[in-house]
Amino acid sequence: MAATVAPVRIRTGRAAELWLFLLSLVLGIGAYALVGLNTAEQLPGDFVRFAAVLVGMAVVLHLVVRWRAKYADPLLLPLVMALNGIGLAMIYRIDIGLVARGQEAGFGPRQQLWTLLGVAAACLVIVLLRDHRLLRRYTFTAMVAGIVLLLLPMVPGLGANINGAQLWIRVAGMSFQPAEIAKILLAIFFAGYLVSTRDVLTLAGPKFLGLQLPRLRDLGPLVVAWAGAILVLVVERDLGTSLMFFGLFVAVVYVATERFSWILIGLIMFAVGAGVAIWAFPHVADRFDIWLNALDPDVYNRLYGGSGQIVRGLFGLALGGLLGTGWGEGFPQLVPYANSDFIVASLGEELGLTGLMAILMVYLVLAQRGMRMAIGVRDGFGKLLASGLAFTLAFQCFIVVGGVTRLIPLTGLTMPFMAAGGSSLVANWIIVGLLVRISDSSRRPADDARGLVSTETALEIIGGAEPAGSQPADTAQPDPARDWDEDTAQTEVHRPPASNHQVAHYGEDEAGNGDEPTQVVRDE
Amino acid sequence: MNAPLRRLSVVMMLMFFALMGAATYVQFFQADSLNADPRNVRTLYKQYGQDRGPIVVAGESIAYSEPVDDAFGFQRVYTDGPLYAPITGWYGMYQMTGLERASNSVLNGTDDSLLLARLRALFTGAENDGGSVELTIDPAAQQAAWEALDGRNGAAVALDPSTGAILAMVSSPSFDPNDLAGHSSTDVDAAYSELLEDPDNPLYNRAIGGDLYAPGSSFKLIDLAMLLETGDYQPDTVVEAPTEYRLPGTQDTYIRNPGGLACGDGEVPLEYALQVSCNTPFAMLAVEHGEEALAEQAEAFGFGQRLNIPLTVTPSVLGQDLDDAQLAMTAIGQFDVRVTPLQMAMVSAAVANDGELMTPHLVATERGPDLRVTRRADPSVLSEPISAETAATMTDMMVNVVDNGTGQAAGISGVQVAGKTGTAETGVEGPEGTVQPNAWFTAFAPADDPQVAVAVVLEGTEELGAAGTGGTVAAPVAREIMQAVLDQ
Repeated sequence: MAATVAPVRIRTGRAAELWLFLLSLVLGIGAYALVGLNTAEQLPGDFVRFAAVLVGMAVVLHLVVRWRAKYADPLLLPLVMALNGIGLAMIYRIDIGLVARGQEAGFGPRQQLWTLLGVAAACLVIVLLRDHRLLRRYTFTAMVAGIVLLLLPMVPGLGANINGAQLWIRVAGMSFQPAEIAKILLAIFFAGYLVSTRDVLTLAGPKFLGLQLPRLRDLGPLVVAWAGAILVLVVERDLGTSLMFFGLFVAVVYVATERFSWILIGLIMFAVGAGVAIWAFPHVADRFDIWLNALDPDVYNRLYGGSGQIVRGLFGLALGGLLGTGWGEGFPQLVPYANSDFIVASLGEELGLTGLMAILMVYLVLAQRGMRMAIGVRDGFGKLLASGLAFTLAFQCFIVVGGVTRLIPLTGLTMPFMAAGGSSLVANWIIVGLLVRISDSSRRPADDARGLVSTETALEIIGGAEPAGSQPADTAQPDPARDWDEDTAQTEVHRPPASNHQVAHYGEDEAGNGDEPTQVVRDE
Repeated sequence: MNAPLRRLSVVMMLMFFALMGAATYVQFFQADSLNADPRNVRTLYKQYGQDRGPIVVAGESIAYSEPVDDAFGFQRVYTDGPLYAPITGWYGMYQMTGLERASNSVLNGTDDSLLLARLRALFTGAENDGGSVELTIDPAAQQAAWEALDGRNGAAVALDPSTGAILAMVSSPSFDPNDLAGHSSTDVDAAYSELLEDPDNPLYNRAIGGDLYAPGSSFKLIDLAMLLETGDYQPDTVVEAPTEYRLPGTQDTYIRNPGGLACGDGEVPLEYALQVSCNTPFAMLAVEHGEEALAEQAEAFGFGQRLNIPLTVTPSVLGQDLDDAQLAMTAIGQFDVRVTPLQMAMVSAAVANDGELMTPHLVATERGPDLRVTRRADPSVLSEPISAETAATMTDMMVNVVDNGTGQAAGISGVQVAGKTGTAETGVEGPEGTVQPNAWFTAFAPADDPQVAVAVVLEGTEELGAAGTGGTVAAPVAREIMQAVLDQ
């Protein structure tokens, strides 16, 4: 082939990933060692095993990525590994504190097991899911499964009410939070659904106060999502989960339609819903009261629904100050749920504002890498899925940390990758697996089709369309009227218009109502 | 779709900036007030894990932290606990009192003056240890006062008149702070409630707080200062001194002299009135000069001032809006006038120090963990309640009280002692109608070159009975303390 532009050597980033893994392991294992050294003046009993498992996981992840997602973003996995490792160290540290107070502990080993499961799940996603677009076939399956999972805790006999929230299901003695998995399924559904219907939603409706409103009849899905969120709020009594789903939905609708009015409408609808909830449900109203008057002695001393937990968390943060007490030197175990809902306060106490800032930066970089992948990836479904997942991650952090620092009312959500809790950890590792998969196709140079789906797979994805070879050659250039992003356009420019490159457009997705083309680049 | 993606990235960034702002607000700007919140047990726990600096008297630690093998790491130990308890207070799990509280920032190493030491610790990785506090207490005087009080309800304070340094501060009965600084909350709770329920209130620091005492005749020193300051009176000025003085505005309420005795022949020199502590002349003269003059003089001696030595001293009070009858009562140290022993020691100290009242203080030096002195007491003048001339006159008259009058029990051979007795009716009646007055004595010595000023109060008890007057029970205690100081 005669390239008119010299091909730039694309870095896969695997070497960088290896170094970053090393750094993240130092953070996690070092923290674990410090906890032991600072509390008992010796390394934790299972230190060698812990270090070996962490190193082993990093090696496996690295090899899996090299094997199946060569071009994956090098930051994603090391960042998550660092967060997970620090989380494990803090959970172990709080175990020590709980034992000293004569309370039930043992969260550390359990969380290590869940970490193994999470990493395994992420590896499975990377290995088995060769192309994220495959998921689009399951748009409506994902919706049904997601809704079923969300409603599972309401099933009598299966659901478990923990601290007033009907969020868990209990199977064989294990409690599980199905909302965490539902989060992924609904992100897939939203992405699949909106990529097909976004043109309809973008159609202009009436103008009001300079805002381009959507047509009234297109509000349908938004109303459904809103109703779902409110339902979760009302039945499962959990403001955080409901807020998270609604945030996810509003974000992807905005990305799909580029209509600011959708965000505004969404926010207004949620505000109305939340307002009604505050009015109707005392426990939601309590949350607001606690938020506004946390330090008020009356609120603090209230037997139920008082601000004791959040204020104790604030005390912890204050003790940490700028530099923190150091691993094992603070008193994070004084806060109820110090290793799950309040792990941020625990980290802020022992690592200080400096450490907390660093951790927040890790999350921010992680989420921003996800957004970068969304910008880079070539298909609309991938864009919506990646941005939905990345935004959910960031938004979840916002809800949790904002609640603990009293920026917003406290709601019960777990801090991704850090908080003790299996369902959340596994679900978030799956999300990272998906982001790695999407980032691989996002960063893959257009020329390099190694490891990309074969024509047959592509056809399978799209379902029943004609083979690519039968397409006329002039469709190789994208329609300028379409909403191609700049990055893709540049890739197109760099690519020599040779006959052995074919860009195929297929008009129909399996639902039969989409008009977003799925682009398959094939190299023979 | 990339434009909204970019905008969404910006939104995410803003969300995280908001989080960082909130974290900064809590951990930096709000941190101090949160750490000081009484509901915050962390502060206490954190300090428990620290090697707290000692409280030192004459080179010996009277309170120090000892490493122990429990969750907290250090146990506070008080040597001579009861002797120094009113000063040190205790450092408990739930509360700290006394100097442990007042000098907490130095003892735990967070004081601003220890900033350099803290910075060094930060860079060397050393533990942030506490500084030490050295007291002005003279252990011999403290011990003498403790032994002289001998478990009776009362208090004694000794000052160095020329500096204001507190040489002794004893409150009796006392308690053992070791019982309250333990790490077993059940034991501490039990000990604390027992002390709280004790009718003798051992937790009160009677020297500077607790229930204040009516000063009785020792208040006449303030009357005398007020009179002499007018310039119209001399020790030999003859004043009216009837056996009975009917209170103005009353039909049949009389002030009588101690024991209902006549005072001379009804007209006596001022010096004699003080010597035998006649009530009627001082009551009449106070009414003559008015409440304002008396209040001014009392305030100049420190009444109404909330001193921090650094323990907080309950202000002594004169009473307010007095009519003439009440003023007459006040002038002999009854009615609403209430004082601390420290306040009465300050009156003597001002007289001893040529009329200059030095600010009383307990802490001589503060040192960092490296034993470098970070703060040294700087004697300062609190006020000048009387002129040097008045002070000299009062000294002579007070020497006369000890030499020839009610205070003879305070006499030390070879040393000129200046003093004044007081016996305050408390209204508390013992069995068979005997009154149980509080006995006072305040003094300084030697009169020509004062080294020590003291005030002693002993609460009236059944044991002392009506015989317990300032001259008989309080003066010997004062003598022991002064002797201990002068012997060095």
